[in-house]
Amino acid sequence: MNKSELLKEQVQRNSGVNVLKCMRCGKCSATCPNYDVMEYHPHQFVNMVENNQVELLMKSESLYMCLTCFACVERCPRGVEPGKLVEAIRLEAVRIKENNHLKPDQIVKKLTDKMPQQAIVTAFRKYTK
Amino acid sequence: MQKIGVFVCHCGTNISATVDVAKVAETLAKEPGVIYSTDYQFMCSLAGQNLIIDKIKELDLTGVVICSCSPRMHELTFRKAADKAGLNGFLLEMANIREQDAWVHKDREEATLKAVALGRAAIAKVALNEALIPGESKVTKRALVIGAGIAGMQAALDIADAGFSVDLVDIEPTIGGLMTQVDKTFPTLDCASCILTPKMVDVQQHELINLMTFCEVEKVEGYIGNFIATIKKKARYVDPDACTGCGLCTQKCPTKNVLNSFNLNLDNRSAIYIPFPQAVPLVAIIDAAHCKKLQEGKCGVCAAVCAPKAIHYDDCDKLVENKYGAIVVATGFNPIEVHAFNEFAYDQSPNVITSLEYERLMSATGPNGGTVLRPSDKKHPKTIVFQQCVGSRDTTSRGKTYCSGICCMYTAKHAMLTREKYPDTDVYVFYTDIRTPGKGFDEFHRRAVEQYGVHYIKGSIGKVVPMSNGNLKVQASDLLMQRQLHIEADLVVLAAAMEPDKSAKHLAQQLTASMDNDGWFTESHPKLRPVESPTAGVFLAGACQGPKDIPSTVAQAGAAASKAIILLIKDKLKGNPCVAHSAENMCNGCGACANVCPYSAITYVEKEFRMPDRTTLIRRVASVNPAVCQGCGACTVACPSGAMDIFGFSNKQIMGEVDAICQ
Repeated sequence: MNKSELLKEQVQRNSGVNVLKCMRCGKCSATCPNYDVMEYHPHQFVNMVENNQVELLMKSESLYMCLTCFACVERCPRGVEPGKLVEAIRLEAVRIKENNHLKPDQIVKKLTDKMPQQAIVTAFRKYTK
Repeated sequence: MQKIGVFVCHCGTNISATVDVAKVAETLAKEPGVIYSTDYQFMCSLAGQNLIIDKIKELDLTGVVICSCSPRMHELTFRKAADKAGLNGFLLEMANIREQDAWVHKDREEATLKAVALGRAAIAKVALNEALIPGESKVTKRALVIGAGIAGMQAALDIADAGFSVDLVDIEPTIGGLMTQVDKTFPTLDCASCILTPKMVDVQQHELINLMTFCEVEKVEGYIGNFIATIKKKARYVDPDACTGCGLCTQKCPTKNVLNSFNLNLDNRSAIYIPFPQAVPLVAIIDAAHCKKLQEGKCGVCAAVCAPKAIHYDDCDKLVENKYGAIVVATGFNPIEVHAFNEFAYDQSPNVITSLEYERLMSATGPNGGTVLRPSDKKHPKTIVFQQCVGSRDTTSRGKTYCSGICCMYTAKHAMLTREKYPDTDVYVFYTDIRTPGKGFDEFHRRAVEQYGVHYIKGSIGKVVPMSNGNLKVQASDLLMQRQLHIEADLVVLAAAMEPDKSAKHLAQQLTASMDNDGWFTESHPKLRPVESPTAGVFLAGACQGPKDIPSTVAQAGAAASKAIILLIKDKLKGNPCVAHSAENMCNGCGACANVCPYSAITYVEKEFRMPDRTTLIRRVASVNPAVCQGCGACTVACPSGAMDIFGFSNKQIMGEVDAICQ
């Protein structure tokens, strides 16, 4: 198992999501309130994990644009739960040493209305370890 | 001296891939009583059957064991073969090494051991088998068809045309079913009423069809060829024989604000009403819940204006009991309720409707006479958004896991007809997949796209927000363009999944007919017996068995009718000889067996017994009616003295099997 496959395995296990349950209806991306500011959209998260592209997702700002509102989790007709997948990938990203998405001195500057709280909480989680 | 032959089937690779069939045959050859043992590729084929027949004759076998599939599949096949060879069919046993072994195990060695154990049990049983001769029962030459939609009507017409009387029962006041609410039919776009209403008239005029509308099947007892059904004739408050269907009562009725269920509550009707102008029978009916006379005792206008004096406020439900030889179930389907899908705002806006409601909006007999006007303000909608798969292919608690099969086609039909009638309308269809198998079906869908300019978008609606002017903000995904769409729509139409009719469940319990987890009736075999229920004498027509379009429904109804005719044309039926019997000397008349018998097959009789001292003793003992007994075996378990036993499945035989497995 190479690194990409390992990551796929890891995020699926951490989130409890089975990406093969997706039937590509697009309801997650239809219901997503933050769609327009995301580079990768909820249904792409599911499809990209299936295709071993977790690393691309880990590098994307989209990870922090997800509001964790769970509308996609609530409405997915197949119970795929894309929101939980995003969380698991975010966790994967913040766990990498010296790869913090935020440094303490950047936080004040970043605190705008557009900054999702979840992202700040996630960033701080790293420092409290 | 037992001379048992063992025949082990490969079933192609179904069994032989997991079970070492040669080894099974070899091992079983050493069992006591076995004088011949072999394996063969397809035991049920002509060559396989001939092998069995030849060996029975050649070796004068006293018992045969077939190690193959479930007895539900081929027991009859092999029994017939044994009979042909001169061996009573009940001296043949099957060991199910396919469904109960090869198909459920992976380990070849263990599966082979299990096959041997199952074969051994069958050998132990067959050694104790007795020749049984089935009794005969008469066939009542009358059919009951339950549900008078297009399926039930077709089945009733076919059975009646073959010369048998049919009672056609429907829970609604008119026959015709759901198709009466459909405007046009795909893929030919012919008017549904034009093809349906003449059939309804045919049904009414057929001298062998007895229409029983507004009736419910309450209870069914009996067995194939001899069913007894109790049917409730619900109070109509109008004498159907006297009523001429003039409609004067419906005009004069002062209560005009009752929601009209025929138009899916999109308009109102009076408390006394005729469901629709082409209803059969064309007879009025009083909606008791909304009638002033029946609720408050005041009014009586309808009775006053009715010239033929057809109205009877003292009408009440009546029960009738009839005998039938065959039963056809055609209870059909309904669209699911869509309230749980709150993202579509169905409960928040009258302009979010289901496809069947849209069908009524388009229909000439609908609330606006066929002009499509949106419900909130009767404005002509300029932008209509259709959403497919609402509740279909949904594994959550809100929906159904299956594909409803017809939504792709009717949505294409709605979209196409809308664009044809109103070319200034923008029509969007959000789809997951387009599934259009069927003659001319995909061409039909492509026509909607290519000739009618319907915007088909791979994606889904995520959210509908009603605005104060009645318009709807639709947020949706366009997966191929990788964008989120925001459409201001006038009307949103939801293609709701199909589900079985509510009446089906009670009926299934009465018929002891099995259903799947979704409540569709189960067929006896998914490929080879698709219109037969596992309950003998009960046949399935139309969407009660699973989602279906009109052509398939009519085809299946014809098939169900022909199966019913095959049954009705027989004068006598062979029964099942594996029924209970009681050893009178051991029976103490306690009543335990009669209490547990689900078929009421056991009664008690006073019988004289000669005692050793030459006196006579009169004792109460159990007596089984073999024509009614289904051989379920409940009584044998309940009997405390061991007097009850079943032919073909005696306690001794069962224990023989258990001992063989535990060896």
